[in-house]
Amino acid sequence: MDSIIVEGLTKYYGDLCAVDHVSFTVEAGEVFGYLGPNGAGKTTTIRMLTGLTRPSEGRAWVAGYDIVKETLEVKRRIGVVPEVSNLYDELTVWENLEFISRLYHVPRAERHRRIGELLKLFDLWDRRDTRFRRLSRGLKRRAVLAAALVNDPEILFLDEPTTGLDVVSARSLRGLVNRLRGMGKTIFLTTHYIEEADQLCDRVAIIVCGRIRAIDTPENLKLKAGVKSILEVELSDRPPASLLERLRGLEVEVEGRQLRVHTDNPQMLLRLLVEEVGRSGLTLLSLRSRSPTLEDAFIKLTGLSPEVMRREKGV
Amino acid sequence: MRLRDELEGIYAILLKDLKAYYLKPPNISWGILFPIVLALAFTLRNPRGLRDLAPGLVAMAALFGTTSMEAIVVTFEKRVGALERLYMAPLTYTSILLAKVLGGAVFGGFISAVMTLLCVTLLGMHISHPLLYVGGLALSLIALSSLGALIAFSVREVFEAQTLSNYFRFPMIFLCGVFIPVGSLPLPLRVVAYMLPLTYTVELLRASTLSPSTCPLLDLAILTLFSAVFLLLTHRAMGRAYG
Ligand SMILES: Nc1ncnc2c1ncn2[C@@H]1O[C@H](COP(=O)(O)OP(=O)(O)O)[C@@H](O)[C@H]1O
Ligand SMILES: [Mg+2]
Repeated sequence: MDSIIVEGLTKYYGDLCAVDHVSFTVEAGEVFGYLGPNGAGKTTTIRMLTGLTRPSEGRAWVAGYDIVKETLEVKRRIGVVPEVSNLYDELTVWENLEFISRLYHVPRAERHRRIGELLKLFDLWDRRDTRFRRLSRGLKRRAVLAAALVNDPEILFLDEPTTGLDVVSARSLRGLVNRLRGMGKTIFLTTHYIEEADQLCDRVAIIVCGRIRAIDTPENLKLKAGVKSILEVELSDRPPASLLERLRGLEVEVEGRQLRVHTDNPQMLLRLLVEEVGRSGLTLLSLRSRSPTLEDAFIKLTGLSPEVMRREKGV
Repeated sequence: MRLRDELEGIYAILLKDLKAYYLKPPNISWGILFPIVLALAFTLRNPRGLRDLAPGLVAMAALFGTTSMEAIVVTFEKRVGALERLYMAPLTYTSILLAKVLGGAVFGGFISAVMTLLCVTLLGMHISHPLLYVGGLALSLIALSSLGALIAFSVREVFEAQTLSNYFRFPMIFLCGVFIPVGSLPLPLRVVAYMLPLTYTVELLRASTLSPSTCPLLDLAILTLFSAVFLLLTHRAMGRAYG
C-alpha cells in the first residue's frame, strides 16, 4: 500500500520553479529520503505535502487523502518535524507536548500516558519540566520529534532532522529514526547529508533544482551510476606524465600528489601502479581502496561536486 | 465531533497564549498600571468633567488592551515559526483566528475591568444598565481584537504591526467621542468617526452608564458587523500565507 502518492507536484514562487513536476510514491513502512543540496526544493515539497503551502500544479495524496481538498484529514494522520525547531520557548517540554496533544485532539485519558512514554523513549523524562529554550540544540530536536509523535501519526515528515547537530546528537537522532522505522511508521525525510540518506533510507530520491534526477534504493543507485571500486593513492610527488599515460582510459582524478582511480579490476591497477611508480623513482606514501559510496553515485548522477552538498544554509 | 475538536483546539491555543504571553508578570502589571495612569492623568487635568469622561476611558482601555499585546503575540509567533505550529495542526484557520482574537479580547477585558473598577470607585461612574455595559464591552472587545488580528496577520514584523495599529488607534481616540462628543465634530470628521468601531463602543458605554441617548441595538448590530468584516479579512490574509 502506498502512504504517499505524488503526481507532477509543482511550486512556483513568481518566476522561480522551486519544485518542478516531481512524481513518486512512498510505501507504507518505508523510510524514503529526499536528498539534495540547499535550495533544491526539499522543504517546499514537505510544505506542500503537509498542507502548509498550496501546490501550483499537480496532485498528491497522503495517507489516502488529497493534500489540497482534504488537508485536515491529512494533518490528523501525520507528524511533522520542521526544518527549524519551533516549539514554545516559554513552555516546558511537558507543557509543549501537552499543548500539541490538545491541538491534535488526543483523548484526555490517553494524553499523559502517551506523553510520558514518548519522553522516556526520547530520554527527555528528566527534562520534562525544563523550558524549551533552555534545551541544547540536540535535545530541542528530540523534543520536536517527540512532539511530532503525540498524535501517533501513520506518517512522519522530517525536514533535515540532523542539520546543525553535533556528531553525537546527530547519531542519537538517527538511532531514534531507526527505532521509529521499527515501530512501523512511514518516514519521509529530507537531508543534504549523502551518508545519512545511505544509512537511513530504504529508497532515496535525488533532487536538484526542483527536479528529481533519480529514485531508487541506495544500492541500486550505486549500481545505476556504474561506480566502480576506487583506489586512492598518495605519492611522494606529483604523478609523472608517464603514469598518467598508462592510466589513460580509466577514470582518474588528480589532486596534487593524490590520485583517485576508478576501476573494476583493482588487482591489475595495483600491479601497474607499483611498477610505474617504482620506475619513476617515486614512493607510494599511502594506498587505500574503497567500495563505491552513495556519494560517488550522487556525483555521477548529478554532476555536482560533494562540496555543494556540504554547504550549509547561509554559509 | 468535528466541532468539539475545533473548540478544544481554540481552548488549547487560548490557554497557551494566556500562559506563555498575556499573564506574564510584566503584562499583568502593565494591565493594572496603564488604567491607573490614564485615570490619574485625567483626574489631575480636569477633576470635574470626569464622570462624563469615564466611558471614554474604559473604551480607551479596551482599545489599547486588545490591540497592543495581541499584535506582538501574533507577529512574534510568525517570526519564530511558532504560528506555523498551529497551521500544522488539524484545525481550521477559523479556529486559529478565533483563538487569537479571544486572547486579545480576554486581555483587553482584564484591562477594561480594572479601568471600570477605577471609574466606579474613584470617578463615581454609575452603571445603570449592567447587562448592556457587559454585553457592549464584550462585543467591542471582539471587534477591536479582530481589528488587531487583521493588522497583525497582514504584516511581517512586530514594529510594522505597532506602527499600523497606531494609525488606527490615535485617530480613534480623538474622533470617536472619547474626549470630544462626536456630535460636535465638523461633518467630514463625523463621517470618519462613524466608520470607526470605537465610536460605537463609546456610545454603548455611555448609554449604559448615563441615560440611553441613542439606540443601543443599532450600536450592537454595527459592532457585530465590524467584527464579521474584520474576521473575514483576516481569514483572507491567513489564506494568503498558504499561497
Ligand atoms: N516563500 C518563498 N518565497 C520565495 N521563494 C522561496 C520561498 N521558499 C523557498 N523559496 C525558494 O525556493 C527554492 C527551494 O527552496 P527550499 O524548498 O527551501 O529548498 P531546500 O529545502 O531544498 O533547501 C529556493 O530557491 C528558495 O529560495
Ligand atoms: Mg530546506
